[in-house]
Amino acid sequence: MSKTIQEIQQEIVDEFAMFEDWMQRYEYMIELGKALPLIDEKYKIDENLIKGCQSKVWVHAELEDEKLVFTADSDAIITKGIVAILIRAFSNHHPSAIIEADTKFIDEIGLKEHLSPTRANGLVSMIKQLKMYAVAYQTQLN
Amino acid sequence: MSIATNNIAFNVDEIRKDFPILNREVNGYPLVYFDNAATSQTPKQVMYAIVDYYSNYNANIHRGVHSLSQEATDKYEGARKKIQQHFNAGKSHEIIFTSGTTHGINLVASGFSSILKEGDEILVSALEHHSNIVPWQMLCEKTGAKLKVIPMNEQGELIYESFEELLSEKTKMVFLNHVSNALGTINPIKKIIDRAHEKGAAVLIDGAQAAPHIKADVQALDVDFYVVSAHKMCGPTGVGVLYGKEEWLNKLPPYQGGGEMIATVSFEKTTYAGLPHKFEAGTPNICGGIAFGAAIDYMNSIGFEAISRYEEELLDYATLKLQEIEGMKLYGTSREKTAVISFNIEGLHPYDIGTLVDKMGVAVRTGHHCAQPIMDFYKIPGTVRASFSFYNTKEEIDRFIDAVIKAKSMLS
Repeated sequence: MSKTIQEIQQEIVDEFAMFEDWMQRYEYMIELGKALPLIDEKYKIDENLIKGCQSKVWVHAELEDEKLVFTADSDAIITKGIVAILIRAFSNHHPSAIIEADTKFIDEIGLKEHLSPTRANGLVSMIKQLKMYAVAYQTQLN
Repeated sequence: MSIATNNIAFNVDEIRKDFPILNREVNGYPLVYFDNAATSQTPKQVMYAIVDYYSNYNANIHRGVHSLSQEATDKYEGARKKIQQHFNAGKSHEIIFTSGTTHGINLVASGFSSILKEGDEILVSALEHHSNIVPWQMLCEKTGAKLKVIPMNEQGELIYESFEELLSEKTKMVFLNHVSNALGTINPIKKIIDRAHEKGAAVLIDGAQAAPHIKADVQALDVDFYVVSAHKMCGPTGVGVLYGKEEWLNKLPPYQGGGEMIATVSFEKTTYAGLPHKFEAGTPNICGGIAFGAAIDYMNSIGFEAISRYEEELLDYATLKLQEIEGMKLYGTSREKTAVISFNIEGLHPYDIGTLVDKMGVAVRTGHHCAQPIMDFYKIPGTVRASFSFYNTKEEIDRFIDAVIKAKSMLS
C-alpha cells in the first residue's frame, strides 16, 4: 500500500528535523533541487509557467491510473528544491486527496518565510497551481 | 573611519548612530543593508520631524485661521523653500509636492496629452525604469504620438550619436533618468538637454536615483522638469517633488480636481488656483513634506561632496573584491556611475544568491529591477544589485563578499 500524502509530509518533516541550522536545511533543499527529475522539454512552455515567481517555474500534470503525476522545473535551484518537496508530497495521488491535503508541513520544516503571499518565489502560487490541476482532473474523473 | 572633506571630518561611525535600524539583526546576523537604491534608511532627525509634527502642530494647511493650521502651513511651505534652495529652483512655486517620482512623471505626461498631436515624437532612453516608460506609452496611445527609444551600449551607457539621429523637429519631449536604477549609470543629461532644446523639445529628467548622490542644479541644467522621491534620500515614503519651469507649469492643465487647487467654484465655472496649488489637489502629505525638508537638511549637513566621495570609495572597494570571485559578471560598467553594482555569477540564478545572502543578514535586490528592457538587452532574467549609501562601511562590504562566496559554494 502506498503512503498517504500526510505520511509523506511527516517523513519530510522528520528529515528536516535532523538539521541543526538554516544552512543545512538549504543545502538539503539545493540537493533536492538538483535531484528533481527532468521535465519533458516540450512542457516548458509559457502556458505551464506559474505566475508570481521571480524565478521561472514550470509545472505539468498528467493523470495515470486515476493518480495525478506532476513534473516540474525551475531556472533557480532553491525554487527547484521547494518544487521538489511539493512534488514529493503531492505527486502520484488521487486528485481528491491532493485537494484535501493541507500544507502545514511547510511551516514545520522551517520554510514558513516562503509561505508569505508576497514572497517573490511564489510558493503559495505553486501550491495553488497544484491544487487547481487536482480540481480540474477531479472533474474529469467524476 | 573618517575622511576629511571641506574641512569637516566625515565620520561614518558617528553617522551610523543616526540610523537606529542599522543596529538590528536579521536572521541572527547584524543587518547589512545594501538595497539603498530601492529605499534609503531614515535618520533620527527625520523621525523626530515626523514625531514633532504629530505631537505639536498636526493641522490642515492653507485654510485654517487658527494658530496650529498656520504653524503647519509655515512648516510645510518652509520645506518647499528648502527643497527649492536644494535644487536651486528659481521660484518656490516651481516646486510641486507629489506622492513620489511616478506621480510626478504621470502629472507631466497627463498634461502633455493636451499638447501633443499625431506625428509628434517622444524619445525615451533604453535605461528607463518601467514607471518612466508606461506613462509615455499611454500618452502615445492617446495622442497618436510616436515613442522612440535611445539605445544603450554593452557598458550600459546611452549611445549619444543615436540620440542625435533620433532627435528631430518632430521631437516634442525627451525623457530619461539622471542615473539608471538598475545599473547606476550617470547619463550626460546637460548635453542632452541642450541639444533637445535646440530642436524645441522639452526634457523631463527622472532624478530619483541621482538625488541621494548628486545635488542637481535645475537652473544650471536648464531642465524643464525634474522629479524625485523623498524616500530615496533619507525621507519618508509617499512624498516627492516635481520641479517644473514656471512657463511649463502654467501651460499644463491641472492633473486632478479637488480642494486646494481652485480659486473660485460655481456650477458654471471653476477657476484654478495659481502655482503650485493648481497641481496639489486635496489635503497633501503635510507631515511627509515637512519630513522631506528635514531629510534634505540632514543630507546637506553631511554634504553631498563628502557623500559622493565616500560612496565612490565604497564602490571601488566592492567592485575590486567582487571581481576576485570566479565567474563574476558585472553589468553597467560605465565610468560615470553611482554606488550601484549589478552582477551575476556564471551558472547561478540571481534569486538563489539573493535568498542565501539574506539568510546571512545581507539585504540586496534581485530580479529585473523594474527595468526589463535592460535585462532583455543583456539576455538575462535579472541581476543581483547591491547599492551603497554613505552610512555603509567597508566592513559591511567584507561581510557581503563573504556571504556571496558562501552562497556560491552552496549553490555550485
